[in-house]
Amino acid sequence: MLVDSPPEQCAETAPAPPTRRAARAFGLLLSAAILVLVALASIAIGAKSLSLDQVWHGLFHGTGTYGDVVVDERLARTVLGLLAGAALGLSGAVLQALTRNPLADPGLLGINAGASAAVVTAITYFGVTSLTGYVWFAFFGAAAVGALVWLLGGSRGATPVRLALAGTAISAALYGYLQAVMITDDAALGTMRFWTVGSLASATNSTILQVLPFLAVGTALALGLARPLNAVAMGDDTARALGANLGRTRALAMLAATVLCGAATAACGPIVFVGLMVPHVVRSFTGPDLRWILPYATVLSPVLLLGADVAGRVVARPSELQVGIVTAIIGGPVFIFLVRRRRTAQL
Amino acid sequence: MKTRSMNRAVRAPGGLSLRLDLRALIVVALLLVAACAAGVALIGTGDAKIPAADVLRTLAGHGTAYQDFIVNELRLPRVLVGLLVGASLGLGGALFQSVSRNPLGSPDVLGLSQGSTAGALVVIVLMSGSTTQVTVGALIGGLATGLAIYLLAWKQGVHGYRLVLVGIGVSAIATAVNGYLLTKADMVDAARAVVWMTGSLDGRDWDQVWPLLALCAVLVPVVLAGARGLRMTEMGDDVANALGVPVQRVRLVLMVCAVLLVAAATAAAGPVSFVALTAPQLARRLTRSPGPNLVPSLCMGAALLVAADWASQRAFGADQLPVGVVTGVLGGGYLLWLLVTERRAGRI
Amino acid sequence: MSAVAESVSKRSTVNRLSAENVTLAYDQRVIAEQLSVEIPDNSFTVIVGPNACGKSTLLRALSRMLRPSEGRVLLDGQVIQSMPAKKVARTLGLLPQSSIAPDGITVADLVGRGRYPHQGLLRQWSAEDERVVQESMRQTGVAELADRYVDELSGGQRQRVWIAMALAQQTPLLLLDEPTTYLDIQHQIDVLDLCAELHETQGRTLVAVLHDLNHAARYATHLIALRGGEVIAEGAPNDIVTAELVEQVFGLRCQVIDDPETGTPLVVPAARKARAERQRLTTAS
Repeated sequence: MLVDSPPEQCAETAPAPPTRRAARAFGLLLSAAILVLVALASIAIGAKSLSLDQVWHGLFHGTGTYGDVVVDERLARTVLGLLAGAALGLSGAVLQALTRNPLADPGLLGINAGASAAVVTAITYFGVTSLTGYVWFAFFGAAAVGALVWLLGGSRGATPVRLALAGTAISAALYGYLQAVMITDDAALGTMRFWTVGSLASATNSTILQVLPFLAVGTALALGLARPLNAVAMGDDTARALGANLGRTRALAMLAATVLCGAATAACGPIVFVGLMVPHVVRSFTGPDLRWILPYATVLSPVLLLGADVAGRVVARPSELQVGIVTAIIGGPVFIFLVRRRRTAQL
Repeated sequence: MKTRSMNRAVRAPGGLSLRLDLRALIVVALLLVAACAAGVALIGTGDAKIPAADVLRTLAGHGTAYQDFIVNELRLPRVLVGLLVGASLGLGGALFQSVSRNPLGSPDVLGLSQGSTAGALVVIVLMSGSTTQVTVGALIGGLATGLAIYLLAWKQGVHGYRLVLVGIGVSAIATAVNGYLLTKADMVDAARAVVWMTGSLDGRDWDQVWPLLALCAVLVPVVLAGARGLRMTEMGDDVANALGVPVQRVRLVLMVCAVLLVAAATAAAGPVSFVALTAPQLARRLTRSPGPNLVPSLCMGAALLVAADWASQRAFGADQLPVGVVTGVLGGGYLLWLLVTERRAGRI
Repeated sequence: MSAVAESVSKRSTVNRLSAENVTLAYDQRVIAEQLSVEIPDNSFTVIVGPNACGKSTLLRALSRMLRPSEGRVLLDGQVIQSMPAKKVARTLGLLPQSSIAPDGITVADLVGRGRYPHQGLLRQWSAEDERVVQESMRQTGVAELADRYVDELSGGQRQRVWIAMALAQQTPLLLLDEPTTYLDIQHQIDVLDLCAELHETQGRTLVAVLHDLNHAARYATHLIALRGGEVIAEGAPNDIVTAELVEQVFGLRCQVIDDPETGTPLVVPAARKARAERQRLTTAS
């Protein structure tokens, strides 16, 4: 969004008092524990009912029974949900800090549009039909658009507004292309209407292995940027006065966000709102310090994504609701509630 | 003085005075000419090509019976729907951008388009309804979304930033619903839905012209009467209040008008992307005057939409690609151009 | 004797603007309760008080930006909310703290927008409007900036442009919310001189919220001291500004001496050491 909001974040120069740090560390542990529970639920619960015995059997003594196959699929799906959720949350938090805009999400920078356009191209012009085949196209599309937005946004001189505008512009053109192809090619329409809602259902071990290296590098890079981004959050001049290297920080943050979101989108399609909402919620109890926001977002985003996925499997039995739809339907109202709760003065 | 804004006052005896911006007047005149020219060109384009001179003669009632059928029965209504839809979107977009004080505060971003789409998709996918029913569904969807956004954003008045934020939330929910409906549709319905979602003027006839025309005839004067108050709110609510503008009332009336205009336009032609976003921005850059630039935006929207439809027919052949594809690509291209040329940060 | 007569006559005539027993609150947060204030006609009234004492809130209520949850604000004997918005805007002007200059607007255009309450659909820009705009720009010294874009101006120039816009509204009453904030000392004095001139030569009634007590004491003809949403003292600065009052309102120990330039009260804060000494003594006893 092009909203010139007052920068909400400002770095904490003084370390937090020990009690608060302890509370935050404890909260992080608690969040991790919740994540483990949700992950277990994601393995145990699904459109097909399995007993706990069957789940246990599938997990540790797999012999290829029907139940074991189901558990294997759910395991892959859960792992992908964990990875993709963490990646989306982290990239959202980094982008919000980078653009100094609490509303930035990866879709804003055209990454979803890039991935979608690449996938539709793969289907129509390269005849790719397998989901694993899309992954590379989607990732390439996301990365290319990320780079293009970066260049058009002014590369090292990029300002938050210019980045947002470049992302919107490229998205507009790419969605025009996407619609043109979908109208003229039924095969593309048939696949794209499922791909664009975002789903974990197609997860396989090979998909996970394809995106894993990118996610690992992106995560490490993003977590390492907490300190410089804290400085950037205080405005360009202050950041420079504090000795931060603005250009390099922006370039690295953009790279991390693109790699993370691109890889996640490649694996499960464009999932909106996780990257927007989780950092938003996290900020309300950690305050503006990215050294806490980033780890919290990494842990809590998969909680939302997996939780939404489990909910999607349960509500529509025997079929299921795609996770992208569930996150938006849960996330939308929560987001509006958050917006309304803020005081008028801040809006 | 006033070399920059080119304002001229026209005064008549009896205390009557009008304030005219010469540059804006010229821009409006040129845009009207452009819109009409594009309209004539569009009428001449298609499987049966008709030269512009013949089009004009036929419009005046002197064509052959064949030309008369093609021009007045088949193609003129389509062009008129295009002009009216473009004008409504341009005006509605200018109103939303001014009320939200945000250049991206367009119906696409605020979720109105997605709401209209949801209404249309419900009819297409769940009821396999007729074209008329789809139009009604889209209208209901758009109006309901507009009402929901306004009520959700209301908290002792509506403020620009909150309006945009709530709109983004509503938009995401509607998008998810649309995605779900698309996955549930069979192939034929899905193809129909995607064409509708892109926005198209294909097959529009006099039945769409009259309601749109009536609506514009009522709403445009109401909007223009509120325009002076709207200009004042650009300086902040306190300043506008101090100048005697009933800010919340002006805002409510204009929002209702904008929602009606956009919802009707979307119901008639589908959510044609980016006209509402780009028309006010382009108009503003041509007139170079502050303020919502309502009339120039209206003319710009009409010219843009008809020109885009003409371009799509010329480039891809008759009715191959709906106009929404072209406006999307053009809109994106325009924003990029803006980005490259306009280096001054904060001006956009 | 004459002073008594004057004060009696003042009481018998009703002032144009007053607040009667108003309770002021944002959402649920109450700022002031049962507050009554009279703005003497033809005065330069300044409201002073510590941060968050309700100065600006009171000004917002007086200018109908904030509707009192109880009590009423009267303008010319009528409840201000019940009057037509444009009629109020022709009587009472406000220079708020938060104002936005639209992108790409020129100084002359912005000042011209102050004519809004005098205009209508068929009376958009009369010769009178033109004259008043020129006059307002001349008075505030921004006439030579008429064709410049507002966003190109310095802070001091911009503030004068906004004041010119409020002047173009041509109201007998003008309310200013911290008009000197963010200005350097020379521009602060410029703005206050301008206010004093408007008050003296044109007989306008001015109400301003000011941070600087010495500015207030020098320029005001009538001072209202607020603390915690209550009026602690009001009257001419010479009568009410004392060391006791300053300590009571601001919690600051000080001396009040005569301003060598004007003879108005001048507040000189006590030195840090003296204040510390005093603190020690009071806590010891």
